[in-house]
Amino acid sequence: MNADQLDEGARVIPIDTARRHSARASVERGVASGLAFLRRRFAGEYEVDEFGFDPELNSTVLLPLARALYEHWFRVEVSGVENIPAGGALVVANHSGTIPLDALMLSVAVHDHAGRDLRLLGADLVYQVPVLAHLSRKAGHTLACPADAARLLGKDELVGVFPEGFKGVGKPFADRYKLQRFGRGGFVETALRAGVPIVPTAIVGAEEIYPKIADLRPLARLLGLPYFPITPTFPLLGPAGLVPLPSKWIIQFGEPMPLDEHDAESADDPMIVFDITDHVRENVQQMLHKTRLRRGPAFF
Amino acid sequence: MPAAAARVVLVTGVSRFLGARVANTLQADPCIERVIGVDTVQPTMSLGRTDFVRVDIRTPDIAKIITSARVDTVVHLDLVASPSASRAKAKELNVIGTMQLLAACQRSPDTRKLVVRSSAAVYGSSPMDPAVFTERDEPVEPPTSGYAKDAVEVEGYVRGLQRRRSDLTVSVLRFANLLGPSVDSPFTHYVRMAIVPTVLGFDPRLQFLHEDDCVEVLRRVTIEDHPGCFNVAGDGVLLLSQALRRAGRPYVPVPSPSISVCGDMGRRFVGKSGFSPELLRWLTYGRVIDTSALARELAWRPKYGSEAAFADFVTARGLGHSLGQDLGRGLLDRLGAMLGRGGS
Repeated sequence: MNADQLDEGARVIPIDTARRHSARASVERGVASGLAFLRRRFAGEYEVDEFGFDPELNSTVLLPLARALYEHWFRVEVSGVENIPAGGALVVANHSGTIPLDALMLSVAVHDHAGRDLRLLGADLVYQVPVLAHLSRKAGHTLACPADAARLLGKDELVGVFPEGFKGVGKPFADRYKLQRFGRGGFVETALRAGVPIVPTAIVGAEEIYPKIADLRPLARLLGLPYFPITPTFPLLGPAGLVPLPSKWIIQFGEPMPLDEHDAESADDPMIVFDITDHVRENVQQMLHKTRLRRGPAFF
Repeated sequence: MPAAAARVVLVTGVSRFLGARVANTLQADPCIERVIGVDTVQPTMSLGRTDFVRVDIRTPDIAKIITSARVDTVVHLDLVASPSASRAKAKELNVIGTMQLLAACQRSPDTRKLVVRSSAAVYGSSPMDPAVFTERDEPVEPPTSGYAKDAVEVEGYVRGLQRRRSDLTVSVLRFANLLGPSVDSPFTHYVRMAIVPTVLGFDPRLQFLHEDDCVEVLRRVTIEDHPGCFNVAGDGVLLLSQALRRAGRPYVPVPSPSISVCGDMGRRFVGKSGFSPELLRWLTYGRVIDTSALARELAWRPKYGSEAAFADFVTARGLGHSLGQDLGRGLLDRLGAMLGRGGS
């Protein structure tokens, strides 16, 4: 091998050889670390937290899959990352897109730009569906219930929530960028009790990925789903209809809304909770309008 | 917390490993004058200084022992989850046995303290569960069958006794799944199957408690006064897939209906334990309990985390290597070595 290299070095321009060698070395390093990863996975030598979050699997397998879509398909632009505080906070975003890819994209944005793991609060349905249930836990997400949210915030985690729920993600295309009702304000109670700020967030672009033009309610009821969408391509084109349209996305993190003026007890005062809920909702709605204008056309 | 010293302690279920170990630990304590162990069968382990009385706690005879020996502390460990007993028999022992024992405690003027072994199974397992259960949380879907339901009923009777005898110090301990060299439970049988079936599409979070820690908690709660209901588990969480990989067990994901069918066939034809519905639910949705209340109360943490407890069980049972895994690891190592050579 060494003799070989000397031989080559004598004939070829040295810089070129060096470059080729370093490229080869980096590929080898990549393969070696991949093998080490596989070996660890094989032996079960990794850690999960009490929520089932597996940071290694998340950053090595799950996020890179989502990142391909994030970078090349939706070309997501992120702004306002500096608004994500260092400690615990509640990221409150709009929800849309028929299939909740916006949750995935938001996790990638937070992971890549803020260097933190976003812990989302998901619908009950997620945890009843095989495969999705454990992948969601391994990616760090958990069930949307006050106990889990409080526990995560108590550990200074960044928690993400979509207060619109299915009403938002399953709304018809005609209602795009119109925020739905923000649930019962449970997220505000949680933030008040935990004493953390709310980071209003607007996700523009998810509305266009699967334009839902109709809903087959009887079929949805039969399958136990919240809705069964008809889009221009689904189910017309069969599985090809599942490919999301390549809309241009912008994720905008707004200025954190501190709730310091209220104490933890005000979580039991419905008036205060409704007030704050409306305030957050207006904030996100305004950000949505502005960001949508900034983006311009949906697909270019 | 040097409470009024326990003097005469009665331990139930002393012929099983946990009862025997607790009795042996308690008799070594200087502040305990006498330990009485009761069970329906002769103990196989040596009980040392413990007085063994062969009595069925489902009969009123237990009341005679408690009154005549002036028992002041009752440690009730006789809760059977073991796969060897039939379900009907286990239920009778768990529920009727507890009722008789509690009735005897209520009657006896000397009784001051009651320590009851319960189980984290009382929280049930469902996809809507909070990630972590604290003692104040109600189960989302209460267990409807088996051992878990017995534990719920036992806790109900204990609360009833507390209402009637408010002078008693009652500690209820909700243990996570016990593991260790001498534990024989449905889960240990499950892990040792030749090929372990897992529920397709689910990977539950599991917690374990090492038997040494279990005995230590019972010792402290018996000697000191810690009234209340406490979750007991090793720190940390293992996923089922992770646990089986660490134990080197080959596993196959199977749709859940076929698992219960296989388990049923196994029980009927091969005399194996089969999968009880509550075990199957646990292996599907898992369960995690919060142990901070106990840590605060005892100012103590279990010596073994869930991972360490599982690892100890794996080494003690000589698991940890399977042909497939060794081949796989060997292959990966060889590839790595080839790369290393190529890169030098």
